[in-house]
Amino acid sequence: MKKAIVAVYKFGSCAGCQLELLNYEEGLLDLLELVDFAQFYEATRDNRPGPYDLGLVEGAIISPDQVEVIKKAREDCKVLVAVGACATTGGVPALKNDHEVGSLLTRVYPGNEKDIETLNSGKGIDAYVKVDYYLQGCPVERSEILELVHALFLGRRPDLKPWPVCMECKMKENVCLVVSRSESCMGPVTRAGCGALCPTFGRPCYNCHGPMSNPNPKALMDVFAAQGLSTEDIVRKFTGYAREMEPFKKGIEEYVSRVTEK
Amino acid sequence: MSVESQKNKASGALREINVGYIARVEGEGAIRINSEGGKISRLEVNVWEPPRFFEGFLVGRKYDEVPDLSGRICGICSTSHQLTSIYALEDAMGIHESAQTRTLRKLMALGSFIMNLAVHIYVLEAPDYFRKGSVFGLIPEHLEVVKKAIRIKRVGNELASLIGGRPTHPVSLVVGGFSSLPSTQALRDFLPKIQEIKQDALDTLRIIAGIKRPDFESLCEHVALSDPPQYAINMGNLVSTRGMNIPPEKHDDVFRSKFVPHSNALHYYVEGRDSFMVGALPRVNLNYAHLSADARKTAEESGLKFPAFNPFYGMAARAVELVSMVDEAVEILGTLKVREEKPEVKTCAGKGYAVTEAPRGALYHAYQVDEKGVVEFADIVTPTAHHVYNLEKDLWKFVPTTEDLPLDDATLFCEMLVRAYDPCFSCSVH
Repeated sequence: MKKAIVAVYKFGSCAGCQLELLNYEEGLLDLLELVDFAQFYEATRDNRPGPYDLGLVEGAIISPDQVEVIKKAREDCKVLVAVGACATTGGVPALKNDHEVGSLLTRVYPGNEKDIETLNSGKGIDAYVKVDYYLQGCPVERSEILELVHALFLGRRPDLKPWPVCMECKMKENVCLVVSRSESCMGPVTRAGCGALCPTFGRPCYNCHGPMSNPNPKALMDVFAAQGLSTEDIVRKFTGYAREMEPFKKGIEEYVSRVTEK
Repeated sequence: MSVESQKNKASGALREINVGYIARVEGEGAIRINSEGGKISRLEVNVWEPPRFFEGFLVGRKYDEVPDLSGRICGICSTSHQLTSIYALEDAMGIHESAQTRTLRKLMALGSFIMNLAVHIYVLEAPDYFRKGSVFGLIPEHLEVVKKAIRIKRVGNELASLIGGRPTHPVSLVVGGFSSLPSTQALRDFLPKIQEIKQDALDTLRIIAGIKRPDFESLCEHVALSDPPQYAINMGNLVSTRGMNIPPEKHDDVFRSKFVPHSNALHYYVEGRDSFMVGALPRVNLNYAHLSADARKTAEESGLKFPAFNPFYGMAARAVELVSMVDEAVEILGTLKVREEKPEVKTCAGKGYAVTEAPRGALYHAYQVDEKGVVEFADIVTPTAHHVYNLEKDLWKFVPTTEDLPLDDATLFCEMLVRAYDPCFSCSVH
């Protein structure tokens, strides 16, 4: 079988998603039977230019030169995949979008603000290029990358999980943290795939996988408010890892305007 | 002297070492070196990784989300950022960890270190010494060595998952302790796994000790945490080979930073002195006596001698640490009796500081929080920020020793010096 030529790209990120590729452990030896990493700077000195069959893109677009690189990546890759929260939604680097960029520059580079090139807001890669598939998660789930690679080889659609973390909690027979302990768990609006990791480890989900398909943030915000959370706390809950995703953005705007009207 | 270099010298040939995207390190950086007849006219470690502004956007976030967010500075050492963040926030709010929490946090750090050390040695640094571009290139001729590397790395990750849920951005570490505790039985059940990699760790130490390193010495100041009789990871004072001995809260009194136009990572130096090195080599140099007996014995039998001031010796230091940390994990897994404890947090206003040893060296977090535990000020200095200036100064000394080599080899050796520092450029800029 002909191997797929794969390029790994890094933008504004922690490199945790590409690390997950190495974290296949023994399975990496099998993966290497299927793919040829033609560009993977974290792992190899032997990198070669495109075209590539598959581009795995990690990171948010946060600087002007990255805009050019992601456009070139789109040209070079037959299939382009946003891997992880940063590439999908801007993720944690998009937290800077709450702040005026001048003040951020002054905080970190006082007196040298003009020497640093940065964009006013951090965004997912689809703000600049067409994306073929999205793998949510901070970090991405290893199983979902594998599923994607398999699906591409077999010429079928990847079977990714659009449902909420709650489904996985039920399958694990976890006791519901919202119902039993009145905890402010983001599970009801968060995309599954982690195996309900946080609730299984005794803490409320904090939405590192971003929104599920068609979530209802309003209902959950009302639950949080009834639990006694302040408006600031509720906004924080929905702005950690996927603040730029439309359902959350809209949900927050509506909630804040509803609360201020009262 | 080679014919080529004689020609170079005679003609005062221009030479350019330009690696725009250094491979097999964390994050994005370049080296740009121009010389003429062996005399350097420009030398830059160009850290072009763009800033994400953690210190800016952490302001306004709450204590219960800050460790998870600051962990996102770095995927491979997220555990270290989480722990340092937690310690600094606990310091700010006057929270003291229980003895059990201290031990479990150490065990979590050991899992992360074991994975990190294996990745650094086998994936990032060693392939150069086998003249391979990557660990993938080692598979055809050295499959058994690669399998050894994977086993060590996997068990480190599994240990981190046992305590923290997952190795990258673990979930159970919270201010006040753990959201969920492993059972005593689960710790005992893990023992055979970690015991199984002891031999792999010893083999690693012997393999790495036997590798011929470039002959180069840099007598710079070495800085590491110290917490005798422990081999310091999560707490202690910062000590150095020039007599430094300070608690975490004095970090800013002793270390200063400056901006240079070619690096998005700030350059740190010791006030009144100079640049310095952190990481595995300074740790082993300054805390050698506190390594496990087996680690020291095997190091000595393999001909390793510490203190060492050749930065290329860092890979050997990592291998020595690997053995010692496997031993330490075995000790905790075999003896700790876990009892039920719940994190208790009462928020209050305050400022707190912490320094830990991340796999790549001393890591500093400081936070000021208000009475609700919301961050008002954050300051983070990572291992690579601490010593990227020293790396650049080492390159100034090292490059002239490579002038007799063909350009490709000289370039490779310069990259090897960079990788010997095990930089994380993502961390350094954050």
